[in-house]
Amino acid sequence: MSNPVTHSDVLIIGGGLMGSSAAFFLRHTHGKSVTLIESDLVGRQASGTNFGNVRRQGRPIHQLHLANRSLEIWRKANELLGADVEYLQSGHIRVCYRERPENIGKMEEYAVEARQNGLDLEILTGNALRDRFPFFGTDVVAGSYSAMDGHANPRLAAPAFARAAQKLGAQVFENTRIGHVTKVGTDFIATAKDGRVFKAPVLLITAGAWAGELSAQFGEPVKLTARSPTMSVTEPVPYAIAPAVGVMTPLEVETVYFRQVARGNIVLGGSTRAPAVAETYRSFVKPQNTLTQLQQLRRLAPALARLNIIRVWTGIEGYMDDSLPVMGPSATTSGLFYAFGFSGSGFQIGPGVGQTMAELIATGATGIDLSHYRVERMKAG
Amino acid sequence: MSQGRFVRLAERDRSPIHITIDGTRVQAMEGDTLMVAMLTAGGTLRQSEFTDGNRAGFCLMGACQDCWVWTDSGHRLRACSTIAEDGMSVTTSQPGASWANHG
Amino acid sequence: MGQPRVIIVGAGPAGVRAAETIVAAGLTPIVIDEGRRAGGQIYRRQPENFRRAYTDLYGTEAPRAKSVHDGFDALRDRIDYRAETLVWNIADGHVWTASGTAQEAIPYDALILCTGATDRLMPMAGWDLPGTYSLGGSQVALKAQAVSIGSQVVFLGTGPLLYLVSSQYIKAGAKVAAVLDTSSFTARITALPDLLALPSVLWNGIALTRAIKAAGVPLLTGVTPVAISGDARTGVTGVTVRLGDGSERHFAADAVAMGYHLRPETQLADLARCTFAFDELTRQYLPVRDPDGRADAPTPLYLAGDGARVLGARSAEASGKLAALAALSDLGQPVDQGAIIMLRREVGRYGRFARGLAKAFPWPHQQAAALSDDTILCRCECVTVGDVRRTMDVTGAAETNRTKAFSRVGMGRCQGRYCGHAAAEVIAAHGEFPVADAGRLRGQAPVKPLPIAIGEAE
Ligand SMILES: Cc1cc2nc3c(=O)[nH]c(=O)nc-3n(C[C@H](O)[C@H](O)[C@H](O)COP(=O)(O)OP(=O)(O)OC[C@H]3O[C@@H](n4cnc5c(N)ncnc54)[C@H](O)[C@@H]3O)c2cc1C
Ligand SMILES: Cc1cc2nc3c(=O)[nH]c(=O)nc-3n(C[C@H](O)[C@H](O)[C@H](O)COP(=O)(O)OP(=O)(O)OC[C@H]3O[C@@H](n4cnc5c(N)ncnc54)[C@H](O)[C@@H]3O)c2cc1C
Ligand code: FES
Repeated sequence: MSNPVTHSDVLIIGGGLMGSSAAFFLRHTHGKSVTLIESDLVGRQASGTNFGNVRRQGRPIHQLHLANRSLEIWRKANELLGADVEYLQSGHIRVCYRERPENIGKMEEYAVEARQNGLDLEILTGNALRDRFPFFGTDVVAGSYSAMDGHANPRLAAPAFARAAQKLGAQVFENTRIGHVTKVGTDFIATAKDGRVFKAPVLLITAGAWAGELSAQFGEPVKLTARSPTMSVTEPVPYAIAPAVGVMTPLEVETVYFRQVARGNIVLGGSTRAPAVAETYRSFVKPQNTLTQLQQLRRLAPALARLNIIRVWTGIEGYMDDSLPVMGPSATTSGLFYAFGFSGSGFQIGPGVGQTMAELIATGATGIDLSHYRVERMKAG
Repeated sequence: MSQGRFVRLAERDRSPIHITIDGTRVQAMEGDTLMVAMLTAGGTLRQSEFTDGNRAGFCLMGACQDCWVWTDSGHRLRACSTIAEDGMSVTTSQPGASWANHG
Repeated sequence: MGQPRVIIVGAGPAGVRAAETIVAAGLTPIVIDEGRRAGGQIYRRQPENFRRAYTDLYGTEAPRAKSVHDGFDALRDRIDYRAETLVWNIADGHVWTASGTAQEAIPYDALILCTGATDRLMPMAGWDLPGTYSLGGSQVALKAQAVSIGSQVVFLGTGPLLYLVSSQYIKAGAKVAAVLDTSSFTARITALPDLLALPSVLWNGIALTRAIKAAGVPLLTGVTPVAISGDARTGVTGVTVRLGDGSERHFAADAVAMGYHLRPETQLADLARCTFAFDELTRQYLPVRDPDGRADAPTPLYLAGDGARVLGARSAEASGKLAALAALSDLGQPVDQGAIIMLRREVGRYGRFARGLAKAFPWPHQQAAALSDDTILCRCECVTVGDVRRTMDVTGAAETNRTKAFSRVGMGRCQGRYCGHAAAEVIAAHGEFPVADAGRLRGQAPVKPLPIAIGEAE
């Protein structure tokens, strides 16, 4: 057997936003040699199908430092990557409905804590809210506005990171699915389904909803539940809605969100998600979920009811039971790192995750607190 | 172009109806599609959203979606598959979004 | 146990004959069509207050048109007919419909798709100017509305419809500036053996050519489109083509009807997860089905008429019956095996003729490589040929869906109907690989724009 073998300092399995941005920063900031391996095409799974929210608010307070770090990267992404990822810093507003007035209090509390952690939020209610954002329906009673958030184009972001990494010398292998991984001596050996072999002393697993089958090979099985959020887009209409908008609610069905891109289309997402089977690499929108989503949208922004949607889509994301990611070193194997399980909120923090993982791998430490994301937490609990 | 783009070749003795295009009243005929009513009176249907050009439909069978126009209240009509009705009023440029935010 | 539920989408010749066959077996099918009146494309009906006679509208096909219309009218109280109703999605054994803002999900035991075809287009410089129409669209204008698309019309493209529609225009008194065919006369000679499968249709075609010439209208074959000229606001002023000898000719015109034969409307089959396979002769992906129309799909799905293969109206009628018989047979209903054999033979003959047409009037794929960078490729999103080539160069995208994701080609409201095939050719030519490797734009719901108000109480 003489399969070609690729060597590098760091091997990354999974070319979503996490893997691509980690590859970029490992080369760009730390000069490591990097191999990035992707089953499909870079950024075509969750990272290329998501809503594109670059939103910090609503995240656990302990995640804000990472989110702030990521925001800094989004702000200079075009320059850094030499490609337009359509980041639009046009604000983000999270609103709550009349039926759940207790949310106003929660929003205010969150805003106080968030401010201490570098996220400025302005709470708007009643006429102040409606004067500024007249598109909201009458059920909307309060909103928490962040001027420094926005949205970007998910179809472009991860591939732009991977291309920039490649330009700096990273090797990127698409259509390459790793089946078997092991550590022999000081090297990790990853074998693709077609027999190609990749070796490196450091392995980073950023395989999204599929990561469990890889981490299990190091004695660290995790339960990831695959889900498919419902997405739609309208035809282009005059650009008029600046912020990305979302609903704060405990009910999944009410969680719609929307944003308008500069050329006019309004992208909408949320409400009921469909179950998904990661193994198939393809997921489908349930028509009923589209209808429910549109109904919820009419409640949130009745004026949009006059528009049409021209396309629906979905993608596959992997949820940990506590909806927090796994991020940091393996507990069983030295040289092994994880960054996966980002559930429904990995897009905004993606570049920050890549930068943080690169830093951790290259320097052995990071200023970002990763204690909430340890792989062994689920076993303990 | 104020002259019509489409040319009537037959069926010219139908009852007249009137529609309003961008505030101007024009005559059409009962049984006309909105597209025919508009393009026998003028040269184009709407402004292109991405260029400074105009559009005048393409497929006439509800497939290309090029022929959307707007009612005064901001609703959209696919002109090739909508029957013109007496008194209808349409605009050829998209009305400014009434939901715009000011912040 | 209730009756098995058979749903037929499309009330053109294929759908009407399928419905008749299902009704004859004692079942009550649901027939759904987006149009206001049944008849489909070729036998499209004019509004109720129009007076033109069948022969004026349908020429030699008038008796068939009448037979399809009468056939459908006779079925009206024996079927559940949903006019002006769009099937916007198919999923999990249900057909999802929208009519205005009313919606419904209807389960099926057998689904027969008779969704017809739309024009197949190759872009050219200026095809986004107002006054450029699809060839089929120009026929709709005449047939359904008694208007010409302009006061001086150039017909450009290839295929039998080019000759049919231009001669219909001439006959109706429209001014036709030229009929310009990209196919060469020699191609037609090569295709003759297959075309002889239907001698009478071939003869009709020759008669049309004569009629065009007799009217003094320039008819040129073997042309290469150069540009549609005009003003972005006011529209078309003329068409320039290159002739076989390399010289260019310009025809003044205020309207262009263009089309290169037809392409099946396969979005619904795609949403129903039918498999697709590449067809070398016509250079496109087509849904996989057996000779009776049984699709390769996870639920009982049947395809008939132009929506499965563009074989023309007569074949649509036969394949509609055949697909209905296949559905009935799979539902355990008694069917006449003799009829099935006869129908298969008939459809086979149309298939041979259609192959002949594809050879006689080939899709001019080589034009894609020659398109200038500033030519609009996707009319909806205003994506140019150069945008697509640059996207490939910068990103390494080498497949249609990937190029769409990065450049927006095919991402507009027509869902890639009019640019999808040409985009695949541009991508294949630029990447220097076979067009089959460029793949096909995957279907996504809704097949046509869906109002956000859908489901709102009316
Ligand atoms: C429809 C949708 C909407 C969303 N909306 C938002 C939003 O608005 N905001 C937000 O912050 N987040 C959102 N998310 C979540 C966000 O997209 C994800 O959290 C984030 O993209 C995860 O990135 P990733 O790189 O971990 O995963 P992915 O992008 O899925 O990347 C993992 C990659 O690993 C590859 N891979 C897997 N196994 C192997 C293997 N064995 N060998 C080689 N490669 C392998 C996969 O092919 C895949 O490309 C949404 C997700 C979806 C699906
Ligand atoms: C514009 C045009 C003009 C043509 N003119 C001629 C001609 O003059 N002579 C000739 O021989 N051939 C002509 N053809 C070819 C001819 O149309 C076909 O051979 C014949 O009509 C095919 O019949 P069919 O039943 O397969 O489809 P069609 O007659 O096209 O009927 C399909 C029906 O399905 C409906 N439908 C499609 N999708 C949906 C959906 N999602 N929801 C609800 N309803 C839906 C449509 O409204 C339509 O009524 C023409 C084709 C086109 C496209
Ligand atoms: S002209 Fe194509 S949809 Fe109306």
